[in-house]
Amino acid sequence: MKLKQLEGLLGNLEQFSCPKIELEQYPTSVHIASRMLFSAEKTFGDVTGKVVADFGCGCGTLGIAAALLDADYVVGVDIDAQSLETASVNAEDMEVELNLMQCDINNLKWRGQFIDTVIMNPPFGTRKKGADMNFLSVALKVATQAVYSLHKTSTRDHVKKMALRDCDATSAEVLCELRFDVPQLYKFHKKKEVDIAVDLWRFVPPKDQDRVVKTFSRHQ
Amino acid sequence: MRLLTHNMLSCNIKGVTNGFPLRIEVEKSMEKEVDFNIDFLKSIFSKVEWTALVDAARSLGYNELPEEVADSSTMLESSDFLKKFHHALLELHLEEGALICPETGRRFPVNKGIPNMLLHEDEV
Repeated sequence: MKLKQLEGLLGNLEQFSCPKIELEQYPTSVHIASRMLFSAEKTFGDVTGKVVADFGCGCGTLGIAAALLDADYVVGVDIDAQSLETASVNAEDMEVELNLMQCDINNLKWRGQFIDTVIMNPPFGTRKKGADMNFLSVALKVATQAVYSLHKTSTRDHVKKMALRDCDATSAEVLCELRFDVPQLYKFHKKKEVDIAVDLWRFVPPKDQDRVVKTFSRHQ
Repeated sequence: MRLLTHNMLSCNIKGVTNGFPLRIEVEKSMEKEVDFNIDFLKSIFSKVEWTALVDAARSLGYNELPEEVADSSTMLESSDFLKKFHHALLELHLEEGALICPETGRRFPVNKGIPNMLLHEDEV
């Protein structure tokens, strides 16, 4: 599939009908979503034939993009029932299989190492401090291969430090800087539309062996 | 909810240590055909907790899976076995019902195929 095709298909998806500010529900623009998934697959081979999880999936844009790029199994997790319903309708319309689950990412408890790649557009943590980093830390525990995530460019140094130092990521790399247009969704938005600079990150989770070694050394 | 998702899920209440597998309570189940993908089945097999899958499939009325897979390399060459594995893992759905924590008996409802694993304040 070509990038333009993917972008075109994602343009048909329903987005949040009444976004909830406390959850920082902003739709991932099709421009960003298609580029995110496309580079994950074309540059790194992290999507096609993989088990992919979309954290904070909202209306399912990223998860559906992964399914369109032939991920083998896609799980979408969100705390909000309404968004999940929209995601489910979206997946049906696009004729892809999306496995949805209602859960707070902070309370996720999955057995086994099923997930290869986590893709996410987490809350930026502007309303609830640290929400973005909580997502990242869980994603790095769940994924065995890679984590793709969007974070405000203004938090770049912090994100890098947290990922490498606190979450034991093997690597943390900014793939590109994107403009995230936030349309005037909420009343407190004064301007009609604002552009936020966001980074598209790729993180590599800690290797299993490292995890074991770390746990072991703590007990010494 | 497919049984592969069920196989990943464990009870997420704080302090619960034996939260897997969640018992399935069925109100409505369905079957939906999906493409047969041998490579995927072979790679996912080693991650699947077999007994949990057998029991889950049984609770949805599917009894064709062998109780144990003694020799997996031979089994994974058998198309008969792979078809059954495929069907149980990916084509059976729990649409309405609940998942029950084996340790606490807590019910996690499943509506429109979506399990609700949200916790109450005193469970976090």
